Amino acid sequence: MSTRVLLDGNGAASIGLKLAQVKVISAYPITPQSPISEKLADYVVDGSLKAKYIRVESEHSAMSCAIGAQLTGVRAGTATSSVGLALMHEVLGVAAGCRIPIVMPVVNRSLVAPWSLWCDHQDAMAERDGGWMQLYAESAQEVLDLILIAYRTAEDARVLLPTMVCLDGFFLSHMSDTVHVPEQATVDSFMPPYTCHNVRLDPDDPMFINDLTPTAEFTEMRFQQAVAFENAFDVLEEAMADFKKVFGREYSLIEAYQCEDAEVVIVTLGSMSGTGKYVVDKMRAQGKKVGILKITSFRPFPAEQIKKALANVATVGVMDRCAGLGAEVGPVATEVRAALSGKSVQGFIGGLAGRDLSPVTFEKAFNQLLNKELTDKVEWIDVREDALTIREVK
Amino acid sequence: MLTMKSDAKGLVANGVSFCHGCGLELAARIVLDVLGPNTVIVVPPGCAAMLSGYGNETVTKIPGFQGNLENTAAYAAGIKAGFEMQGRSDVQVLGFAGDGATVDIGLQALSGALERGDKILYICYDNEAYMNTGIQGSGSTPLNCWTTTTPGGKSVYRKDMVGIVAAHKIPYVATASVGYVDDLRKKVEKAKAATAEGPAYLHIHIPCPTGWGNKPETSIEVAKLAVQSLCWPLYEIVNGDEYKLTVAVSKPKEVAEYIKLQKRFAGASAEEIAELQQGVEQEYARLLKRIG
Repeated sequence: MSTRVLLDGNGAASIGLKLAQVKVISAYPITPQSPISEKLADYVVDGSLKAKYIRVESEHSAMSCAIGAQLTGVRAGTATSSVGLALMHEVLGVAAGCRIPIVMPVVNRSLVAPWSLWCDHQDAMAERDGGWMQLYAESAQEVLDLILIAYRTAEDARVLLPTMVCLDGFFLSHMSDTVHVPEQATVDSFMPPYTCHNVRLDPDDPMFINDLTPTAEFTEMRFQQAVAFENAFDVLEEAMADFKKVFGREYSLIEAYQCEDAEVVIVTLGSMSGTGKYVVDKMRAQGKKVGILKITSFRPFPAEQIKKALANVATVGVMDRCAGLGAEVGPVATEVRAALSGKSVQGFIGGLAGRDLSPVTFEKAFNQLLNKELTDKVEWIDVREDALTIREVK
Repeated sequence: MLTMKSDAKGLVANGVSFCHGCGLELAARIVLDVLGPNTVIVVPPGCAAMLSGYGNETVTKIPGFQGNLENTAAYAAGIKAGFEMQGRSDVQVLGFAGDGATVDIGLQALSGALERGDKILYICYDNEAYMNTGIQGSGSTPLNCWTTTTPGGKSVYRKDMVGIVAAHKIPYVATASVGYVDDLRKKVEKAKAATAEGPAYLHIHIPCPTGWGNKPETSIEVAKLAVQSLCWPLYEIVNGDEYKLTVAVSKPKEVAEYIKLQKRFAGASAEEIAELQQGVEQEYARLLKRIG
């Protein structure tokens, strides 16, 4: 049973944490995440969520409080964005290393400088190797669904990895859409109550957590995290399969859209995927064999699945919404290139700081690939021609 | 499997790797003795991390978590909230951090927890510098004092951390010293009781032979002299404005007498020592005014 509700991505994320019945919330406002902090406060005040709300003084404390609370044996919730995520950086590693499966919505927004309030993926990409799983949503419905899938996976004893559910700032966070909101009882049947499978603070069974660890053991603890990421592939797929049984909606680590017979495919992440699919439909109607491969799980990175899905595709492009400064191509393209070694993979960078990745941009990228205009270098697909002279002081 | 290697009476085992004459070890034993086993301790990386242990061994018989340098109060607040939501408000949550982790890098998180009224006990053990990293100056290092980052003597006054905490109007704030163990015990008891209402804060003066250059066997004497010379007055503040001296000093000793047992003031000139004396007297006069 579910109810159809008009929700934006932030609303869907708030309901996701509410349905997970987080017992402690520590939240700090930041555009465009603030409505999540506000909505969770509303739930606590109106009594619909039995939780303690800790009005922290920073994102660093938000994550620290969440870690502390969850170590006592309850689910703890927080959410952030951009520089807030960057401020959390130090303690994100604590959650990961202590194997505390916190699930956190991350409303993607560019990092400063220059200041911007708008969407790109640099905030989450800067955290991609820190021991958190990362799932990227395409729609408000996906935000809610991926949060539930994230809890099921993250808390599984074979995984125990904290998880970011990434939603594009404004494009998803503030765009209203119809969302099927499940009943609490249905969610409860999908998601068992929280149990600590690893470390726990309890005076009845004392242990000291996170002490100085000798070189003789550190590598092994990191290795355990790596094994957890390996395990996460199967556990995610199990959770997604169960999710389909319970809620009827289908998810997978990647979504191949019109890739079977495609000559050219562009790999996407997040909300841009919808635009990409729209352009695929349009160009297919013109007889052009193009497709979109959306990555839902960026961490763990489904290299094998991508390789399989693109086995018969001659030319691949990757649309990175993150500059990947100093690298040959953007962060997603770097990994797709590695997965498809030998195949030509054109890296594109676009859509930074809220610049719309429009149908025109996708069409341009597809045509470039169809015309075999490929370079080893990354193509800044939507950069202005006057890039090097804007705001020039003479 | 847990193997108990020490039958120490208290909650801290024997053989902790603190330095000789460390005041912190004594303070930790007393604090945990008063608080009892229904306590969770949070320590940052610093000297108190000796309590965390190393590898698969620890010396602390209560649950503990070693956090980061700047967020002891935030971890403690989260832990307390987690217990509260499970009907276990009786679990005492103790943040136990040094001066660097409190008056410098941890000030923001602590202020947040105090302002929110989180029911935690926060104890700053103050050895007046970053001792675990090798005696670097902190916001709590006294005027004209040598550290490795104030090689010419610190040119500014220390922060009035207790005043900063008191400004949050929390139920209980007190200074304490390992030189006055009875006073310390009473204050830990009062602080523990106060956490039923809101945050409590203790600031314990801890001589550090390694950083101060006093002989290890003089640590208690040095701690007493700090109080007797008015460098470290012992007082408490209830609800932000009820000040009370807990150890009266009828005939104050010279600051010079306190510092002569330590090498860290050896570079201070006669003028600088006089300046130190004057600063201490001014601060004490201000404190007496508050007591009224």
